[in-house]
Amino acid sequence: MAPHHHRTMSDSLVVSAEAHPDKEVVVVGGTERYTYGRLHDTALRTARLLQDHGVQRGDRVVVFADNSWACVASIFGTWLAGAVVVVVNAQTKADKLAYLLADSDAKVMVTEAKLARVFRPVVGTLPILCAGKAPEGTVELGEALAAVEPKPAPHGCVATDLAAFIYTSGSTGEPKGVVMTHQNMTFTVASLIEYLRLGPDERIINLLPLAFDYGLYQLLMTVRLGATLVLEAGFGFPEVIRRRLRDEQVTVVPGVPTVFATLLAGDQTPYLSVRRVTNTAAALSPELIPRLAALFPEALIYKMYGLTECKRVLYLEPEQLAVRPASVGKAIPGTEVFLLSPDGAPVPAGEAGILHVRGPHVMVGYWNKPEQTAQMIKPGRFPGDRILCAQDWFKMDEEGYLYFLGRSDDIIKSRGEKVSPVEVENALYGLTDVREAAVIGVEDPVLGQAIRAYVALEAGSALTAADIRRHCQGCLENYMVPAEVVILEELPKTDTGKIRKKGLLEEQA
Amino acid sequence: MSIIETVTPNQLTAADVEAQLRGFIVDNFFVEDELDARESLTDAGVIDSTGVLEVVSWIEDTFSVVVPDADILPDNLDSIARIVGYVMGIAGA
Repeated sequence: MAPHHHRTMSDSLVVSAEAHPDKEVVVVGGTERYTYGRLHDTALRTARLLQDHGVQRGDRVVVFADNSWACVASIFGTWLAGAVVVVVNAQTKADKLAYLLADSDAKVMVTEAKLARVFRPVVGTLPILCAGKAPEGTVELGEALAAVEPKPAPHGCVATDLAAFIYTSGSTGEPKGVVMTHQNMTFTVASLIEYLRLGPDERIINLLPLAFDYGLYQLLMTVRLGATLVLEAGFGFPEVIRRRLRDEQVTVVPGVPTVFATLLAGDQTPYLSVRRVTNTAAALSPELIPRLAALFPEALIYKMYGLTECKRVLYLEPEQLAVRPASVGKAIPGTEVFLLSPDGAPVPAGEAGILHVRGPHVMVGYWNKPEQTAQMIKPGRFPGDRILCAQDWFKMDEEGYLYFLGRSDDIIKSRGEKVSPVEVENALYGLTDVREAAVIGVEDPVLGQAIRAYVALEAGSALTAADIRRHCQGCLENYMVPAEVVILEELPKTDTGKIRKKGLLEEQA
Repeated sequence: MSIIETVTPNQLTAADVEAQLRGFIVDNFFVEDELDARESLTDAGVIDSTGVLEVVSWIEDTFSVVVPDADILPDNLDSIARIVGYVMGIAGA
C-alpha cells in the first residue's frame, strides 16, 4: 500500500510506481528506457543488497557515478534502506574521492567499472558494488541485484532523519558536506514544483551532474511529479543535446549560462515543445534573455539563485522578466529572506546588505565542521530557530525584489560550479617546482568565470604552462582545471608578504 | 637523400593522424595509461565538454579544416579511432 504523504525521500517513488508502474521515469542517453515499476523494483533490490552489506539506518552510501541508471536506482535504493546518500561527481580524482569517503565515513560505495582506475587505489577494504564489468575484489552490481529479493528490512526512518550529504567547495579549500534531512528535501522539492508550475506530463532534461544539487533535484522533482527525466551525461556534444530536445519532446530545460551560451552558438531553430527554461548557479546576462526567448518561444523563463546550503533561495516570476531583467526575484514559496548589514542590522530598500534565509529548506549544517557551520547558521527569533547567512551581497527594491551584487568570499563560479581558489592553489603547490601560486576568476562569455592560475617557479625549472595544466587535470575535477596558466617571475605581494590577487588582475588589465 | 617532412593533406595516413593525435592528447590532457584507440575518451575521463572543444580546435588548426557544429558528435570524436576516421574523412580525401 503506497503512502499518501511525502515524509521520506523514497515515498514519492512508492507513490508514483503504484499509480503508473508502466510509465517512463528515466531515459538515459536517448536509448535506455526505464519505467517507474522497474525503478521501484531495482531500488528495493539495491536497498536489500546494501543492508546485506551491513548498511543500517543513517549510514552513508557513496554513489560515485556518472549520470546513469545505476546512479538513479542507487539514490532511491539508499533511501529505501534508510541510509544517507552521497552522490560524488564522476570527474572526481582519487585523492579527493579518498577524502570524501573518509569525511562521510561511507559504509559502502556504489560505482561503475569505467571509474575503476580512480577508485581502486583508494578504497581499501570498503565494500564496492560496481556496475558493468566489475574489477576483482568488487561485487558485480547487476548480478547481485538479480540474486536478492526486492524486500529490504524496515528501517524506521522519520522525516527528521538524514537523507543526503551534498558536497560543495568552500573558501578554505576543503570540500564541505551539506547535511540535509528528508524533511528539508521533501519540502524543497514541493516548493520548486509549485513556483515552476510543473505537472505530471513534464519531460525534464538533465545535463548537470546528479552530484550537483541542481541536477539531483531534476530527478527528485521528476519522481515526485510522476513525470519523465531525459538524462544525459553532460553537454560536451551540443548536437546530441539539440537532437535529444526534439526527439524526446522535452518540456523543461534546466541549465546554467554555459549551457545556454553553447546552445545559442549553434542552430537557432526554435524548440516548440519546451515550456520551462530555468537558469541558476550563475547570472544569466540580460543580452542572452531575448535570444533564449526566441529559441524557446513557448517557454516561461526563470532566473533563480541558490546555494547548496538550502538548495534554492530566490526565483523571479517569469512574468517579471521583462519588467525587472536584472532581478533574481523573491524567496521561494514557504521561505523567507531579508538583508542585514555585516553587524546584523536591517538594511533599508536600495542599500546593499548580506542575504539571510529562513525556512524548512535550510541545511542541518556541514558534516564534521561545527565552526564553519556556525559561520553560516545563526540563531533566529526563538529557541531552535535558525537563519542561514548566504554570504552574498544583494540589494532589495521598494517592492521587495532582490538584485545580486557580489560575493563576500573569493569563490569562483565557472560553468555554474563553485570552485575554491585554495583547492586549485593546493593542487598547484603539489608540483615541487611551484614556488608561489594564486588562482582567480576572470570574466568569460561562455564559462561565466574562467579560472586563471598565476605561478612563480623555482629557479631553473623547465615546467611549462601545459605541464602545469596537465598536472591539474590529474588531481582536480575538470571544471576546476585552470583554463589559463600564467608563469611570472614573482607574484605581487602585500606589505605583509601575502600574495595580492587584486594586483594580478590590475597588472594584466 | 633528404626526407620530405611536410605532410600535405592528400598524403595523410591514418597512422600519421593517430600519432599526432596521441601526441596532442598526452601534451594537453592527463593520461595515466596507454589509451586503447577504441576507448571512449569521455568515459575514461580524459576529456570533458571543454576538452571536446579543444579537440575540435586542434583538428581545425592542424589539418586546416572547419568542423561543422553538426559533426561534433560522439560518433566522430569520442575515441582515438573515431577521431582518426573523422579526420581522414574530412581532411584526407
